[in-house]
Amino acid sequence: MYVADSRSTPATAATAAARDLGPGRRAAVAPTVLALGTVSLVTDVSSEMVTAVLPLYLVAGLGLSPLGFGLLDGVYNGFSALVRLVGGHLADRGGRHKTVAALGYGLSALCKPLLLMAGSLPLIGAVLAADRTGKGLRTAPRDALISLASPEESRGRAFGVHRAMDTAGALIGPLVAFLILRQAAEGYDAVFTVSFCVAAIGVLVLLLFVPSRPRPLTVPPEGAPRASLKAALGLLRVPDVRRLTLTALLLGLATVSDSFVYLLLQRRLGVTDHWFALLPLGTAAAFLLLAVPLGRLADRVGRRRVFLGGHGALLLVYGALLSGWQSPALPFLVLALHGGFYAATDGVLMAAAAGCVPAALRSSGLALVQTGQALARFGCSIAFGAAWTAWGDRWALGAATAVLAVCAAAAFVLRPTTPGAAAAPTTGTVSEESPA
Amino acid sequence: MTLRNRLFVLFAAIVVLGGVAAASLLHAADRAGEKDRPRAGGPAIVPGRVSLASGADRRIVFRNMAWGPHRDELVTVPADAPAGRRTASGVRCLRFHASGGTGICLQAVRGAVEDSYRAVVVGPALQERAHYPLPGVPTRARVSPSGRLVAWTVFVGGDSYASASFSTRTAVLDTSTGRLTASLEEFRVVKDGKEHRAADTNFWGVTFSRDDRHFYATMATGGRTYLVRGDLTARTVTTLHQNVECPSLSPDETRVVYKKRVAGAPADAPWHEYVLDLTTLRETALAEPRSVDDQAVWLDDHTVSYSLPGDYGADLYTVPADGSGAPKRLLTAALAPAFLK
Repeated sequence: MYVADSRSTPATAATAAARDLGPGRRAAVAPTVLALGTVSLVTDVSSEMVTAVLPLYLVAGLGLSPLGFGLLDGVYNGFSALVRLVGGHLADRGGRHKTVAALGYGLSALCKPLLLMAGSLPLIGAVLAADRTGKGLRTAPRDALISLASPEESRGRAFGVHRAMDTAGALIGPLVAFLILRQAAEGYDAVFTVSFCVAAIGVLVLLLFVPSRPRPLTVPPEGAPRASLKAALGLLRVPDVRRLTLTALLLGLATVSDSFVYLLLQRRLGVTDHWFALLPLGTAAAFLLLAVPLGRLADRVGRRRVFLGGHGALLLVYGALLSGWQSPALPFLVLALHGGFYAATDGVLMAAAAGCVPAALRSSGLALVQTGQALARFGCSIAFGAAWTAWGDRWALGAATAVLAVCAAAAFVLRPTTPGAAAAPTTGTVSEESPA
Repeated sequence: MTLRNRLFVLFAAIVVLGGVAAASLLHAADRAGEKDRPRAGGPAIVPGRVSLASGADRRIVFRNMAWGPHRDELVTVPADAPAGRRTASGVRCLRFHASGGTGICLQAVRGAVEDSYRAVVVGPALQERAHYPLPGVPTRARVSPSGRLVAWTVFVGGDSYASASFSTRTAVLDTSTGRLTASLEEFRVVKDGKEHRAADTNFWGVTFSRDDRHFYATMATGGRTYLVRGDLTARTVTTLHQNVECPSLSPDETRVVYKKRVAGAPADAPWHEYVLDLTTLRETALAEPRSVDDQAVWLDDHTVSYSLPGDYGADLYTVPADGSGAPKRLLTAALAPAFLK
């Protein structure tokens, strides 16, 4: 059902048109990207298995009352953002992307058996924090490896392939967990053990199949920046990096968190309780289907355009939620647009960022953009919650819509001075290929 | 390493890790199977008829936790011989409550891929009258004294990576009209005399008044919990008192017994059972020293019952409702009781 719906979005129709424009010019996705995609797929199976059963384990398995547990979530988010910057910086020093990524994946893998031993709420909180730290550490080096292994003109597609594989893992994970619980009622120990085994295979695929020093695709120019904290912060003085970070930050300020979107879907569009738990799957399915087509579209028509277009889809999501229109098709459309928003922004932003950050500082640069965006979104969620309390959900959503429209307009004005920089690819003939 | 060697290493690792995974799965499946076999020293259980009808003998109906073929089934024992033979109904429930000839059974439904949950309203002979899909794991269930109103609370899971944050959703059903309030969050909230709106508002643990209009419940917002009094006709809830979870209204409707978060308690056992006088708002600690995570049930105006973790998952205890006396174990391997007469 999600499939049929998401295919009807204009974005995919445009992709289909774009695909018809230039056949036969497609190079294969780099083996490193496929290997990293496999690592992410396998790791997401592992982590989403745990996420899916954790509430059940806490309530039914341990008899804990998890209310208020969510309060720590914000703390982890802020911490994770800082860890990401550290991970990015460490990876750039001496080009140790693979080592830092492996540390991150390894740490998260080790957390799975630890969950079994942690019997109390504070200990489980600590293990989840360590798991988050692993995720924070690995994200920027992994994205840097993807960008370093792909030629500039097809980076959008490379990130699209990676994100699609990643999301596929996130969809498979809960299924595996429930199949285990089907075979063994209350077999949470089996879920955590299998999750660890799966995560270990992910780490092994990384160690065996991802080259430690990605072959640079371009010769670094004379006097290329050396990785240091100063140089990483100095990236913000590069106009294109600054513009891109600012764009991501501005738009992040108007991106309300997924849980609010699902809550509003239920409240305003009357999605029944029965379907509530499946809403994240709808977004993920649309993300999975659209990540590659939109990544390719970004390579052709410009990443900045697709990134802004993604936020246009988010604006439509807000509009649909505001309308309160009770139609059985509307929730599907909202989820398709929401997944399309992620497909048009998540990997595409990294592809765009990779285009304006020198290879020696790639990891730090990507971490910088990601962190800016993550902190802005976190701020938006806090503000949105406060607005909800003060004015009610309708006005809070109205305010978010207005802010998103203003931020999108501002981001549009922030166009790069050099045509193509930070947005469309700088090399090759691709940037001229925008469809009529 | 050549590609061939790397593939070999990966293959070998998959075989070894696959073995570990399979062993853990078999171990867990075996352990799950063991719970379906009766254990020596457990209570005697025979299949039979369980009635919720009023006017029959005084009896207790509850979820049997003892291992064996009748695990998780609703069973009944005479109120004056709780340790005696249990009569099992064949109906499986995770949470249960009954009053006035109406029962509410929150049960798991095995699906093709994933278990789901549903609320089943049952009549005096445990026959199904209606059922409703549930959006999460059941935690509380209650029937009004007359048997007309039914409420239940479930946990609704979080959706972000490595986040264990999740919320509760409480529904109220009028069995006479079939009108379902899917979430109390639809109600207008009056907090400390002012209207209150927040996305983080959560309700759980409803307890009904005899008038089939008013109820008490827990409301959480901004990291605090409140005792609220609700009005189903006006569709409002009003805060009365702070730091109250899972209230249970006494039969004479003068007090609620509830769990209160106490300072200095460990994070995973933070509660103590209290009784609150609804007129004076005076709190009295009950004599149970352990942390209770349950919505208590009144046996009469002087005694409350609640569950604590036991060898088979949970045992039921009683304690005087005025802070005196000492806790006594009423039933082993039992959860979610209804005291019927």
